[in-house]
Amino acid sequence: MNDLEYKVIIGLEIHVQLCTKTKMFCSCQVGFGEQPNSRVCPVCLGMPGSLPVMNKKAVEYAVLVGLALNCKIADFTKWDRKSYYYPDLPKNYQISQYDLPLAENGYIDVPLDDGKTKKIRITRAHLEEDAGKNIHSTGNFSQVDLNRAGTALLEIVTEPDLNNSRQAKTLAIELQKIVRYLVVSEADMQKGHMRFEPNVNLIINKDGKEYKTPIVEIKNLNSFRALERSIDYEIERQLDEFLQTGKVMQMGNKSTRGWDGEKQVTVLQREKEEANDYRYFPDPDLVPVVLKGKWLDDIKGNLCELPLKKQIRYVSKFKLSEYDAGVLTAERSTAELFEKAVQAGAKPKRLCNLITQIGLKLANEAGRCLAELGLNAQHLAQLAVMIEKGEINASAADNIMQQMIKTQKDPTTLANELNLIQKSDEDELDKIVGQSLEENAQAVEDVKSGGKKSKKALGFLIGQVMKKTKGKANPKIVSKILHKKLS
Amino acid sequence: MKNLSAKKLRDKIAKGQIKSSDAVEDVFRRIEQIDGNIGAYISTFKEQSLHQAGEIDRKIADDQTVGDLAGLPIAVKDNMCTTFGATTCASKILENFHAPYNATVVQKLIDADAIIIGKTNMDEFAMGSSTETSGVKKTVNPWDTERVPGGSSGGSAAALAARLCCAALGSDTGGSIRQPASFCGVVGLKPTYGRVSRYGLVAFGSSLDQIGPLTYNVEDAAMLMNVIAGHDKKDSTSVTNETAPVPDYLANLQKPIDNLKIAVIPSFLTSAEATLRESINDAVDTYKNLGAEIIEIDMPHIDYAIPAYYLIATAEASSNLARYDGVHYGYRAEKPKDYIEVYSKSREQSFGKEVKRRIMLGTYALSSGYYDAYYLKALKVRNLIRDDFDNAFEKCDCILTPVSPTTAFKIGEKLDEPLTMYLSDIYTIAANLAGIPAVSIPCGFDRNNLPIGLQIQSPPFTEDKLLQIAYMFEKQNDYHEKIPPILN
Repeated sequence: MNDLEYKVIIGLEIHVQLCTKTKMFCSCQVGFGEQPNSRVCPVCLGMPGSLPVMNKKAVEYAVLVGLALNCKIADFTKWDRKSYYYPDLPKNYQISQYDLPLAENGYIDVPLDDGKTKKIRITRAHLEEDAGKNIHSTGNFSQVDLNRAGTALLEIVTEPDLNNSRQAKTLAIELQKIVRYLVVSEADMQKGHMRFEPNVNLIINKDGKEYKTPIVEIKNLNSFRALERSIDYEIERQLDEFLQTGKVMQMGNKSTRGWDGEKQVTVLQREKEEANDYRYFPDPDLVPVVLKGKWLDDIKGNLCELPLKKQIRYVSKFKLSEYDAGVLTAERSTAELFEKAVQAGAKPKRLCNLITQIGLKLANEAGRCLAELGLNAQHLAQLAVMIEKGEINASAADNIMQQMIKTQKDPTTLANELNLIQKSDEDELDKIVGQSLEENAQAVEDVKSGGKKSKKALGFLIGQVMKKTKGKANPKIVSKILHKKLS
Repeated sequence: MKNLSAKKLRDKIAKGQIKSSDAVEDVFRRIEQIDGNIGAYISTFKEQSLHQAGEIDRKIADDQTVGDLAGLPIAVKDNMCTTFGATTCASKILENFHAPYNATVVQKLIDADAIIIGKTNMDEFAMGSSTETSGVKKTVNPWDTERVPGGSSGGSAAALAARLCCAALGSDTGGSIRQPASFCGVVGLKPTYGRVSRYGLVAFGSSLDQIGPLTYNVEDAAMLMNVIAGHDKKDSTSVTNETAPVPDYLANLQKPIDNLKIAVIPSFLTSAEATLRESINDAVDTYKNLGAEIIEIDMPHIDYAIPAYYLIATAEASSNLARYDGVHYGYRAEKPKDYIEVYSKSREQSFGKEVKRRIMLGTYALSSGYYDAYYLKALKVRNLIRDDFDNAFEKCDCILTPVSPTTAFKIGEKLDEPLTMYLSDIYTIAANLAGIPAVSIPCGFDRNNLPIGLQIQSPPFTEDKLLQIAYMFEKQNDYHEKIPPILN
């Protein structure tokens, strides 16, 4: 029974909280983890007589994302009121965009495992204000915290073009990279800066007929892993349900299920799509937004090369592996540092290793991103050149980079100060190798005898030389001399 | 003192000839004497007002500069937020609402050294034409206490007519400044939509609401406009001063307009009461004698103004009033079963009949399946009415009409007939739909000695010219100087 042929259909509804300094329609500072109801004013509290004033920056951020998602940007857009009653919504309507979204008809390229990319169509992207939070404490009352109310939120809706959980997750990661590249959102899923709500159903082929399972919208996903897992779970669940009940998609039988991360299951939240009538109408308190001319040009000027495009360029131009290119382009600031250092004369591959093996390790240890460590691109390039020339070795580079961060001194100065310049003088090293061989007759014999022990013994001998030179011997030259002497 | 206009009082106070404290005390003496009968005020601030008046007097005595409205006792309608006192909108749901901010107009009055002596009664949430829907109290017309003062700014108009302030602010969504002004024999100006900030005005129909002055005469209206007009960055719909510069409304007020071209709409006159018609015709003759050319025009879509208005205004109101839910502030019903009951019971128990009726109407007009047939169609009608005015103003400087089909009617007469009540806005609502300025000025009395109002409408942002035109008429008569019998 389980070898039914089926196709998975997934569309995503995504909310991205924009990192504007102030809220969407008032001048309250955006902030989290503050005292409840401390970041509020008459406007975001929806007090009588208060009026919204549009945050231009939020519109600019939203347009940037729209452009990055290859959308058509509306030259005329407006604000609409979406009415529904809920305690976390002070006006009992949300200012949103209904029939004229800021951006529509775009796509996002999602990299697939086979190295190709898949275009996932973007239906629309519109701006709206976020709601507050209801806090359900014990006792017969609930509390409302409106610090988040009125925060600028970008809602992005994709077409149902995704066919498995991996694609959904990859799209999510790609989108996170994009909004971080554009510096329009912190995009931290755990903090709710980015919320993904997949709509999942299956088209099942049975006895030559097609059956569509009811659409399920999944909520409460606070990590990429949860996004992927919940979809996989939902696919299995819908298959089972179909086999047991034969239930198929009908008008109004879309349901909402919440992801229970502990039990790793989706739980039914709302059985039927309620016949919600949001009574949308244009908000008379706000004026339409006309997006053209200099304003739009200025916004376009803030667009940068996007992560996936950059990654592909790194592979072809710098001959880096796809993996390395991915690591370097994961954050815009890292990529920028890399490119500046290449311009300053570093060989890309060498520099890449320096960044991925040492730089990112140090950044990780410091709990920051690479660019925040204060590394100077010129110095970074110099360091790569020093390795390239054999003046220092990898372990010295690690040490030097740490000092670069601390002291801001250039790597040559540091290498001299720390006495880390490699010994590359063949005559001097020849003597030290000779000494080492004399002192370790057994190892020499093992190398010469060949076989299993040979390799280990060779490593041991190199180690002895390194010990004598306090790690400063050029390993390449030591190896060459050893081979000569032992052959 | 009670026979002085605000401008004259202001000048005397500034010159030290009259003390603001005396003016304020005089007004409060009258309030204590007769407001028990009139019911114009929901709240008054005697102590605070006298204190402020004392400060102004001291400043003047010390030769310090004072604001344009220094020391004037002014009333504001109770739908404008003040940090002092409550802002009730004459509704039980806001009976204890204390705003943490001043409406922009209130702040402007304060900055001009005006003294806000109290907040006036109104129809609940400004929904009504008689002030009878007030959830707080009854207000009567000082000219005949059996009759309504008009509405919704009935408290402001009655307070002024009874000399319980020297000027007042009202708000006008469909005639709510002009109609009570005409019923009470005072001047009422509804400025162009966007001319005066709406920030802090509790919204009824956001695309129609506009704050304006109620005053003894045209000059006072100009003086108040000088203070309240202008862009406000807190109100996105207020027009920037670059788009429409704010003129000095007093500067050319007394200069007659040459080659004045006035339009009348014959069909409007036939539908008004006979005495009213006579007064309007007299007014037309007055202008003719002053050299104006009178033309007749037709407004082809004006018959659709009332239905369009009652769809747009109620649709916006249904959404604007959604926030009064008992959750965040205002009245909350006791012992709700769940949060849905917090909403339903709080609203059921504290909104009046008319407010509920309009919320229902508006909710219906916006519902899916009805939106296109009602709300959207009403918006289209609104555009046609705008076009009607645009076309008319190509041929004339202003349009003269009655303000209302009748003079002040009896209390209770129309309360149970909402449609009749709605029709009393027939001449005024088109100006709100089109967003144009319109003024009501006294132009006579009917056989019951009730004031009659003349409405003059002009193109957007021509309040200066509109007031000049009104002033030309006012100078020819003394209707505005008459005092209601209750004061004798």
